[in-house]
Amino acid sequence: MKYQPTKEGYYGQFGGAFIPELLHPNVLELEDNYIKIIESKEFQDEYKALLKDYVGRPTPLYLAERLSEKYGATIYLKREDLNHTGAHKVNNTVGQILIAKKLGKTKIIAETGAGQHGVATATVCALMGLECIVFMGEKDIARQAPNVARMKMLGAKVVPALSGSKTLKDATNEAIRYWIQHPDSYYLIGSVVGPAPYPDMVARLQAIISEEMKWQLKEKTGKENPDTIIACVGGGSNAAGAFYHYLEDEEVGLVAVEAGGLGVDSGESAATSQLGQVGVIHGSKTILMQDEYGQITEPYSISAGLDYPGVGPLHAFLHETKRAQFLNATDDEALEAAFELTKLEGIIPALETAHALAVLSKIDLKKDQVIIINLSGRGDKDLETYMKHLKE
Amino acid sequence: MKLLKEIFQEKKNLLSIFFTAGFPKLDDTTKIIHDLSENGVDFIEVGLPYSDPLADGTTIQDSSHRALQNGMNLDVVFEQLKSVKDTNKTPLVLMGYLNQLIKYGENKFCQAVQDCGMKTVIFPDLPMIEYENHYKALFEKYGITNVFLITPHTSEERIRKIDALTDAFIYVVASASITGAKGEISTEQIDYFKRIEAMNLKSKLVVGFGISDNKTFTTACNYADGAIIGSAFIKDLDKNGVEGISNFVSTVINA
Repeated sequence: MKYQPTKEGYYGQFGGAFIPELLHPNVLELEDNYIKIIESKEFQDEYKALLKDYVGRPTPLYLAERLSEKYGATIYLKREDLNHTGAHKVNNTVGQILIAKKLGKTKIIAETGAGQHGVATATVCALMGLECIVFMGEKDIARQAPNVARMKMLGAKVVPALSGSKTLKDATNEAIRYWIQHPDSYYLIGSVVGPAPYPDMVARLQAIISEEMKWQLKEKTGKENPDTIIACVGGGSNAAGAFYHYLEDEEVGLVAVEAGGLGVDSGESAATSQLGQVGVIHGSKTILMQDEYGQITEPYSISAGLDYPGVGPLHAFLHETKRAQFLNATDDEALEAAFELTKLEGIIPALETAHALAVLSKIDLKKDQVIIINLSGRGDKDLETYMKHLKE
Repeated sequence: MKLLKEIFQEKKNLLSIFFTAGFPKLDDTTKIIHDLSENGVDFIEVGLPYSDPLADGTTIQDSSHRALQNGMNLDVVFEQLKSVKDTNKTPLVLMGYLNQLIKYGENKFCQAVQDCGMKTVIFPDLPMIEYENHYKALFEKYGITNVFLITPHTSEERIRKIDALTDAFIYVVASASITGAKGEISTEQIDYFKRIEAMNLKSKLVVGFGISDNKTFTTACNYADGAIIGSAFIKDLDKNGVEGISNFVSTVINA
């Protein structure tokens, strides 16, 4: 099991738990219990029941015929946009809220970029009757207004992060700082980032995506394995979920797509695998964008969910070992791909997902090649941005 | 520069002050060290400004941000510290975040610390297990000692392990909070200090977080070998500049 973490939460040189002593008891408590909880029948029954009847799983694996025709390959879309709350994020929040409850926690904190994780967290907190505080960069609050409104309606307190770039990185800093001051709270991390065991726990909870892909593809084609899976990567949770059950099947090509922003060399980008070096961010050793003195640099992307200077340690490892191919798409390419999917298939994707779609024009495709794109979320939240760029 | 060990042997109730290098002005570092030292501060913590300081409160975070805007970086701070190596007698402790060490180059960083005559470092995001597995050998090669933090939630077993691992002092975090928390020292906190004191550790104990004036300093010293003031000093520096240092220190020592 080459791509599973060690007991200390390492994927090769990446991972670990670089946390201040103040958080040691919290992280230890989670580390001691999460596998036991996740693997228990009681948890699995509750988790699967909620996924089925509350989230709406399994999500369809849809053969996108017109898109396939355009690109000359067989393209399936894994419709995570059809989940309750509109993105894959809820798979993880449903799982973690059950874990938090089993640990006896009553106050939940979370960070969010595009707001999808914030909405998914606020939703499960409302469902379970738990207090919810969501940290969100001031800039993201402005560009993702519909999700902010949803979180508030769901009863969450949305706290603006005013430091740094006022985006996801800073929201994460604020959440961790709050956690340090309130160790009684449960930090519900939204991606495969943070100190061990979060990257593994979140990957296990998102693994439902590839678990379903396997039997759905077999039903449709007779074979479990596609040739290629494509997913966008900010922190990397939807990609981790889409790749999870295929990690050891090395004949399945994995493509991770980062936000190129205005271009990788423009100074306005979030393409961590291209621009980053080894370091520690938000409690784990990974690759991150930083200057020569280790100051974390401010990433840029049109999409709030990909605007993050690091990637999860699993992805850093997949990049280093070349198990996954890391590509990127610029703002313009993502916008174009979003309009194209809308026109061809009647699906408005999230801006994050649009980055994954944008690489279809950048890779060599063959007619009989089976590709799955993880359609991580729907684009309602991005309508304002799309309208600005809509050509009449 | 005197050794921290010597200072701990010579005196009780040690006062340590933390400041952020490069704040309020880029070139204030040497003047701040000089004035703190002249006014009776026993050892000084030099904070390396960092873009994403998770364990710091807003006051220190803001000072870091401004220091970086002033152009502070590791090359500059090491030059500044090297320039006072022969004249400054007060021990200096370096405080930073692990990513700075990793990116600058672990050996290069440690060499620079050694070249500045410093022997003690604090990385609040370096956990004990990572220290044991990787950094202990590196630091020992350069004669550097690592300070560990303990909190009200740190188990006795863990504290004993830290005590055995370190050659410096143990940083007793006064409460479960980031730096700059307001208020007085509660009876709960005093119970915690007493509990640590009663463990009879070999390491010296220095209390930090929430120490801001003579009253909190004196209370902390009843149960430890000394205490550290950070945010309150940074606030004073911001308001009164380096000219206010003598006054600030004297109000803490002789209120």
